[in-house]
Amino acid sequence: MKIQFLWWDGCPSHPEAWQRLQGVLAELGVETEIERIKIQTDEQAEQWHFPGSPTIRVDGQDIDPNAPIDAFRLTCRLYFKEDGRPSPLPSAAMIKRAILKVT
Amino acid sequence: MLELGQKGPEFSLPGVDGQTYSLSGLLAENKAVAVIFSCNHCPYVRAWEGRMMDIQREYQDKGVVLAAINSNDAQKYPDDAFPKMQNHAQSEGFNFLYLYDESQEIARAYGGTHTPHVFLLDGNGVLRYRGAIDDNYDDPDAVTQTYLRDALDAVLAGNAPATTDTRAVGCTIKWK
Repeated sequence: MKIQFLWWDGCPSHPEAWQRLQGVLAELGVETEIERIKIQTDEQAEQWHFPGSPTIRVDGQDIDPNAPIDAFRLTCRLYFKEDGRPSPLPSAAMIKRAILKVT
Repeated sequence: MLELGQKGPEFSLPGVDGQTYSLSGLLAENKAVAVIFSCNHCPYVRAWEGRMMDIQREYQDKGVVLAAINSNDAQKYPDDAFPKMQNHAQSEGFNFLYLYDESQEIARAYGGTHTPHVFLLDGNGVLRYRGAIDDNYDDPDAVTQTYLRDALDAVLAGNAPATTDTRAVGCTIKWK
C-alpha cells in the first residue's frame, strides 16, 4: 500500500490530519511508508492535482470519493463529516474506509 | 491591525440582501457589532457558520449584530464572488449580515488576516475583542472556550472581556 499525504502550510489543519492518519493506521495495525508532499506553489498544485490541504491518497486514490477534480490550487480543502457537517479535516472514518478498501 | 481600545474604521458595504450597511448605521441600532472577516470557500468558515448563526439568533434581542465581511479576491477564488455569496447565504439561511469588501480596503483597515477573524466592537465602536470565535474549529461539541460569546456577555454587561485577544484560525485572506 502506498499512502501520500499532501499539504500546504497556509492551512493550519495539516498537523491534525497527519495525527489522524497515523491514529487510523495504528488502530488498523497497518505499517506502511507515507510519502509527505509539501505543496508550495500553484504550479506544484497543478502538477500534483492538489485540490486543497490536506489531501490523502491511498494507492493513488483520494480518500474522499467526492474529491474535487476541476480546480487545483493553494487552498484549504473542505470535507464533510458523516453527519453532513463541513470540516477542514477528513474524518477518521473516511480515512479508515479508504485504507480498508485496499487491504 | 486594529488595536484593542481603538475605534473600528467606518465602512459602507453591499450586503447579500441588496442593501448597503455602514458601521455607523449598525452602531446606531445595536449595543455591539461583531465584524467577522469571512468568505464562501474556506472550510474553517463553513465549520463555524452554524455557530455564527446560533450566536446571532441568541444575541439579536440583546442588541448584537454579526457582520460577516468577505474581502477575498474573487478573481483567484471565484467561489467568493458576490453572486456566489448571495447563493450561499440563501442556501444556508444566514441570519447575520454578509457583506462584500471588493476593494479589500476594509480588511486592510481592520488588519484582518484570516477567515474567520472576529473584531468585536462595543456600542461606541471600540474594539473589545479580536481573534477566533471559539477554540475548536472542527467540533462544536468539543469547544471549551467560547471566546466571542464570553466577550459579548462582558461587553453587554458593560465590562471588559476577560480574554481580549486570541489567534485567528482559518484560511488566509486572499489578497489581490
